[in-house]
Amino acid sequence: MKWCVANPLVLSVLRSLLMSLCLIANTAMAQASDEPLSITVGSKNFNENYLLAEVISQLFEHAGYEVDRKFGMTGTMVIYEALRTGEVDVYVEYTGTLGQVILNYDGEPSLENLNARLTGEGVEILPSFGFNNTYALAIKREYADQLGISTISELVAQADIEMGFSIEFLNRADGWPGLVSTYGFSQRPTGMDHGLAYQAIDDGTIDVTDAYSTDGDLDRYDLQLLEDDLEFFPRYFGAPLINAELPVDARNIIDRLTGRIDDARMRDLNGRVMLDGKSFAEVAGEFLAEEGLVALSDNTSATATSMWSRLWRNTLIHVQLTLIALFLGCAVGLPLGISIYRSRRLSRSMLYIAGLLQTVPSIALLALMIPLFGIGQTTAIIALFMYSLLPILRSTITALLTIDPVLKRGAEALGMTRSQQLVHVLLPLALPNVLTGVKTAAIISIGTATLAAFIGAGGLGEPIVTGLALNDTSLILQGAIPAAGLAILTELLFDVLERSLVKPHMLVGQLPT
Amino acid sequence: MPIPCIEYSNITKSYGDKTILDGLSLRITANITTAIVGASGSGKSTLIQLANGLIIPERGQVSVFGSAINSQNITDNRLAIGYSVQGAGLFPHMSVYENITLMATLQRWSEQDTELRFHALMQLLELDQELRDRYPFSLSGGQQQRVSLCRAMMLNPPLLLLDEPFSALDPVTRDSIHREFLKLQHAETRSMVLVTHDMFEAIKLAQEIIVMCDGRIEQQGSVAEIQNNPASDYVQALFEAGGQ
Repeated sequence: MKWCVANPLVLSVLRSLLMSLCLIANTAMAQASDEPLSITVGSKNFNENYLLAEVISQLFEHAGYEVDRKFGMTGTMVIYEALRTGEVDVYVEYTGTLGQVILNYDGEPSLENLNARLTGEGVEILPSFGFNNTYALAIKREYADQLGISTISELVAQADIEMGFSIEFLNRADGWPGLVSTYGFSQRPTGMDHGLAYQAIDDGTIDVTDAYSTDGDLDRYDLQLLEDDLEFFPRYFGAPLINAELPVDARNIIDRLTGRIDDARMRDLNGRVMLDGKSFAEVAGEFLAEEGLVALSDNTSATATSMWSRLWRNTLIHVQLTLIALFLGCAVGLPLGISIYRSRRLSRSMLYIAGLLQTVPSIALLALMIPLFGIGQTTAIIALFMYSLLPILRSTITALLTIDPVLKRGAEALGMTRSQQLVHVLLPLALPNVLTGVKTAAIISIGTATLAAFIGAGGLGEPIVTGLALNDTSLILQGAIPAAGLAILTELLFDVLERSLVKPHMLVGQLPT
Repeated sequence: MPIPCIEYSNITKSYGDKTILDGLSLRITANITTAIVGASGSGKSTLIQLANGLIIPERGQVSVFGSAINSQNITDNRLAIGYSVQGAGLFPHMSVYENITLMATLQRWSEQDTELRFHALMQLLELDQELRDRYPFSLSGGQQQRVSLCRAMMLNPPLLLLDEPFSALDPVTRDSIHREFLKLQHAETRSMVLVTHDMFEAIKLAQEIIVMCDGRIEQQGSVAEIQNNPASDYVQALFEAGGQ
């Protein structure tokens, strides 16, 4: 980056940016390497799975482990892949899901059958907690009475009924497609987030949704489960799925939960979160105390402090993700823009490619990259980098192309070399527009980085994802407010940067005619 | 025959379908001021931009002080060719001082030499030293044009190309800048080529005049020759148009 040398301010800003990057990376690494006994607990993004993951996490913490919570991952394949690659050590899976979705196995999903098929995967399922959380179709009790239906077969005949299902349910063999072939549905359901579906059913936007039989929300919204009269849904026993390399000590800790939670207990625990508004940490602590697995008292204080430290940690990770992605975006976008802007065809095709990347929905892009880069921060950073590329590249190319041709010719005619023209004339003139592009990229990154939580990369998206799963607005705000704050802070920082790098008369477009 | 400051041999240049210069050959005398006069579109601007390589001909050869210019030597050649255009073309992000001394700085002149030359030029063009740290947007059109001339002459180039530098100025400002231009001719001997559509400006500032029409040389000669014996109605018309 030869051109930086010309402007000591640019250089010093870049240097401090780099230094803060290193600093953040260092603190994050120090946190990871301090504790010898550590475990990463994952969860899917619905309340029961969070709660059980929190139970396991607290159990480990009481045994002296440092626990890294990667909660709220979206989609079974994402979290399963994370377990397989060792980025997550344990999460709670359901036998039916494991058999049908992951292993494509139609037989009885007993522990032996499943483990026999899992051996090659480096993954192992431990004995169940005891409850069977099967899929079910839920309908408002009042409405079901009105229609006079109580079974799924009876629902088939109701042509006017509006169905809204979670995206995963819509696409699983043991979900909607299987229901259609078993019962012969002809209605067309819409896809929505599971957390929003109950709200939608309450509003009357939809009439039927998929539910879990241990769902604490069923009572809250006065929902009735329709009987699976053709016995289509397989059984879904909740059980810890672990990385096969997990040491015996850790297995023994998890094993202490075996058989302790039946259907009623699970519904009760779920209800404490959904109906009583308690946090996962509280309910998990209560459960462990009730079971005599840990004492209740030393539990609550730990969770109170962890709320703030988690918020701080999330913010740090968020800033780290954004900064690294933005830095990479600049490191690639600026030199690329500078080197290709003269060629109309190259600029067009590069902008086209960058624009194409931009149109891929964030979640899809993240999901697409999981097979390549695994889950976690690397994938998130690469995705954020791709999104930051377009605004940076476009602003660089446009800024350079729109410089007054008289000035370009003037610089040439004075006898400046190509690089002198770039350093002394072209880049300083392009700088205000380039900065605007980088600022746009930064703000897009801050927004998009909240989605990184879906693939376990953490950040401020974590409380948002959890809050969505729980329909808990305050939790959503714990992520959304700091994220908005970061965006505003970024705006202000760029204002300061702009004012220190660009002369005031160059900002307002008062160019001499 | 003395070496001309610019020699064009058999130049052909076109933009798209339109041929501007077709096999043009021309020698411009060194060490005096030559004005190239013609209506807009006559090819006069193209002619001087061929000399500093801003325009590359399809065919033919341009030589500056006897050496043919090509893509290898063009950057070095430009250091010996000052260039000032209508509207000044000052860099908006640089102060007056930075605009004028930029090339000296890049050529690693000593601070003292740079300062001396800067002062001399500001004085020559009657620019107030207080303008030193001002930015172009806060200067009048006349001041901008003077700064542009200073910048073109900073490295003391033996050849100065001026592309309608005074056309956009009001008559009063133009008059005073004309006086400074003449002063400049006396102070420092150099070859100057001035492109203008104003025959009276040409007569006032130049010693030789080249009249161009549709990419051809209509007439070339001393000011007296052109004045006394206009070669065609076109040349004659230029006197009338300029007198309005």
